[in-house]
Amino acid sequence: MSAHPAAGPVAPEDARIADKPALRRFHQASWDEKLIFELGSPGERGVLVPEVDPEITEALGGTVGLPAGLCRQTPPALPEIGQQQVLRHYLRLSQETLGADLNVDVGQGTCTMKYSPKVNDRFVTDERIAGLHPLQDESTVQGALEILHRLEGLLKEVSGMDRVSLQPGAGSAAIYANVAMIRGYFADRGEAETRDEIITTIFSHPSNAACAKTAGFKVITLHPDADGYPDIEALRAAVGPRTAALLITNPEDTGIYNPRIAEFVEIVHAAGGLAAYDQANANGILGITRAREAGFDLCHFNLHKTFSTPHACGGPAAGACGVTEALAPYLPRPTVEYDAESGRYWLDDDRPHSVGKIRPHHGVVPNLVRAYAWIMSLGAEGLREVAETAVLNNNYLLHKVKQIRGVSVPYAAGRPRVEQVRYSWEQLGADTGIHSEQIGVRAADFGTHYWTSHHPYLVPEPMTLEPTESYSRADLDEYAAILAEVAREAYEDPETVRTAPHRSTIHRVRPEALDDPAVWSPSWRTYRRKVLGT
Amino acid sequence: MTPPENSPDHLHAQAPAHPYIPNAVPAVRQAMLDAVGAAGVEDFYADIPEEIRLRRSLDLPAPLRSEAQLVRHMEQLLTRNTPATRTLSFLGGGCYQHHVPAVVDEVMGRSEFLTAYAGEPYEDHGRFQAMWEYQSLMAELLDVDVVNVPVYDGFQAAGTALRMAGRVTGLRRLLICGDVDPDKLSKIRDYVRPDHDVVLVPTDPATGGADVDAVRSALAEGDVAAVYAEAPSRLGLVDPALPELGELAHDQGALYVVGCNPISLGVLAPPSSYGADLTCGDIQPLGIRMSYGGGNAGFIGANDDLRLVSEYPTRLFGLVPTDVEGEYGFGDVAYDRTSFAQREEGKEWVGTAAALHGIGAGVYLSLMGPHGMREIGETILAHTAYAKQRLAAIPGVEIPYAEAVHFADFPVRFTGGRSTADIHADLRERGIFGGIETAADQALYCVTEVHTKADIDELAAALEEIVK
Repeated sequence: MSAHPAAGPVAPEDARIADKPALRRFHQASWDEKLIFELGSPGERGVLVPEVDPEITEALGGTVGLPAGLCRQTPPALPEIGQQQVLRHYLRLSQETLGADLNVDVGQGTCTMKYSPKVNDRFVTDERIAGLHPLQDESTVQGALEILHRLEGLLKEVSGMDRVSLQPGAGSAAIYANVAMIRGYFADRGEAETRDEIITTIFSHPSNAACAKTAGFKVITLHPDADGYPDIEALRAAVGPRTAALLITNPEDTGIYNPRIAEFVEIVHAAGGLAAYDQANANGILGITRAREAGFDLCHFNLHKTFSTPHACGGPAAGACGVTEALAPYLPRPTVEYDAESGRYWLDDDRPHSVGKIRPHHGVVPNLVRAYAWIMSLGAEGLREVAETAVLNNNYLLHKVKQIRGVSVPYAAGRPRVEQVRYSWEQLGADTGIHSEQIGVRAADFGTHYWTSHHPYLVPEPMTLEPTESYSRADLDEYAAILAEVAREAYEDPETVRTAPHRSTIHRVRPEALDDPAVWSPSWRTYRRKVLGT
Repeated sequence: MTPPENSPDHLHAQAPAHPYIPNAVPAVRQAMLDAVGAAGVEDFYADIPEEIRLRRSLDLPAPLRSEAQLVRHMEQLLTRNTPATRTLSFLGGGCYQHHVPAVVDEVMGRSEFLTAYAGEPYEDHGRFQAMWEYQSLMAELLDVDVVNVPVYDGFQAAGTALRMAGRVTGLRRLLICGDVDPDKLSKIRDYVRPDHDVVLVPTDPATGGADVDAVRSALAEGDVAAVYAEAPSRLGLVDPALPELGELAHDQGALYVVGCNPISLGVLAPPSSYGADLTCGDIQPLGIRMSYGGGNAGFIGANDDLRLVSEYPTRLFGLVPTDVEGEYGFGDVAYDRTSFAQREEGKEWVGTAAALHGIGAGVYLSLMGPHGMREIGETILAHTAYAKQRLAAIPGVEIPYAEAVHFADFPVRFTGGRSTADIHADLRERGIFGGIETAADQALYCVTEVHTKADIDELAAALEEIVK
């Protein structure tokens, strides 16, 4: 039976659907979902556990008794919820998460948001990766070891370094591993006490400074010169016999490439220090220039950035540390080795100068597998095409964004940017009173994400965009159009921006309680006790 | 809109654009260059000096541009792995084979969660809520108020918990009681080095548990920031001395830091109940696949004590109101602690770590509930005890400290004259992965809820044949 009563012929113009508006009429999913603790009822079960075989109980003569004081007296106050209800709750939360697959994610500058190929997920959910125990006999994991060995080889060539460790769990962990190696290197030379300073720049990721401090070094941070380039005179003034190392990003988070990078490295070397290259921003220079050519002793890549592994809400990620032969003895153990004679891959744990373990076992293997597959799908020409396209996309977006009223591009006037740009809304802020964060909130109403900058905000009212190779010209045009529209609103209808979000999952958050210890609620039980009084 | 030209000639004019790089299409590239006013992409590299340019192609294998080629290549590699989960495996020792509920896989595989990163609450409300719920569910399991957004792994959690204790007390020495995994100890030693001296207090050889007198003496020497112990120990032993260690630590003004296996906490007392100020460990057992050791994520639990909360380096999400009645909002609690806010003046550092594993563990705990956690604990305790009993009965096998309670892991000593390596090689011939070799004549075996009585009997029968 037709649901549509016969209405006679329809003229084509009445069947025609109007063109889409310039900007999509997005609304984020909004399920008004309760907290997991408010779901379910006593007795509901999400999954059942194998019961103890009666024959085992009989053999043991009863249940296993625990020592005094070590038996749980009160069950954990976890919710009791049926399986589909748990699934539905988390699916709703997933829908209320934008995710890089769904949006034109060029707004998360410094983070190299790119497409994580779905086929690579298949390899790691395969039981032949997911079901491996890290201490299986080497003979049973030859495929996994070969992948790790091959990936090391690929990254050696991409960086020009002599050895690469895949153990660190993320970029910051790789920075820390590099600092630990630097510390080990100088300890072996009897200079651990005297070389206690690490130099970095303010536009290098905060973890360079923070990891150096955590590892026991004094941190010296260089600020840029008037043109936004790392200040070479400041470096000359900072280096000396106490210098252990320079930790530096290039291009920096401004997207500006430091043309004197080799000179920076030489200055540090001349003072007896080492130079470590934070290659978080490597995406625009793959196959163009390498850590080796610039003279670095160590470098690291974020495999979840440049090499495509998914960002997973903030990890698991993966880091890779590349080092020269001189630093290789200090690499985390074990290394993966290949014995050509037997054709076997094996793990070398007997490395007396090693910094030891940076994390358990061999690294975040699923992401190492994904990164390997990604590089293999591209090859040398493909990696270069990644870099060139990312840089083209960035300069194309730069060209479009700088035409928007109220935005500026501080530093290095007229110079190109590599793979990202730190913009400033200072003028727009002065004209309208709207801050960069507010532009980001309003941009979310159009189905996109936007990020300002790491702290401190050296660039006033900052915005950092990094359009990797994954985005089409249409994607970039759409993103620029969203920014242009929000800027127009800031000038013509600032209340709309000021009161955003309007099409989000939730409305404006009242953040005051987050900094008040009397009421802050990092858990359900603290909320109940401190806020509800129950 | 005019459809793009797609005559066969046009399609075959040049190598196809790589599927991951839409703007590799030459006409698009040219149009974009024209828009920018650039002669070519080289213009954008003007700041990179010639001396450091790589003027050759990277020397990499030929690309596998089609998905089919790539799958074929990867298949050739994967086929050379034999997963522990497809054999009868008794490997544990910090990475555990448990059943992973299908709903955990489904949620962790959701594209939104898998690919999200650092969105704000207005784009990523669901991510914030899922992480806050993980913190809250773990807090109930650990019986504490505060649990962090996960750090990389349990090693890192131990290292950071100890440094937190150091910052709270301002003291230098860290007493590590009993057996700790040598790799974990390596990480702890490296990580605390700038501020702390690690003092190892070996186990009492008579009991396999902590040497309480030795701990007391070490504490009496003073300057102790923390006493660290594990529940269960590296060898799976549930040490009756754990509560006393906490008292001793507190008597001397030290904090008590306990590393634990969270899947045991439906039956074992949460360390906070016997005095732990900081509880730490790895959530891999809570529904995260082993993935050749890639399934880790570290937790640190504490009570809502400002001294402790102020020392967390990680993000801590908090629940707050919004402008709309009955609507939940989330944000960062005490953000100024972090290196994101303060660079080197923040606590250690914060960065991308293991958030998705936290979401997975939250789903796991939601599915299991209080009954599931108790039952899985009871099953593992029973399986461990049964495995010890069966193996101890084999001539040529001894179970050190068999009279103690073990959870999942337990030690085995081979006394029949054959080496662990030889015995394990013979087991592999029979499709069995023996435990972790800890000495030429010793190993660490592990059973969980996934094993059956028949599995354990099969292991016992095989060992009986080959152990001598």
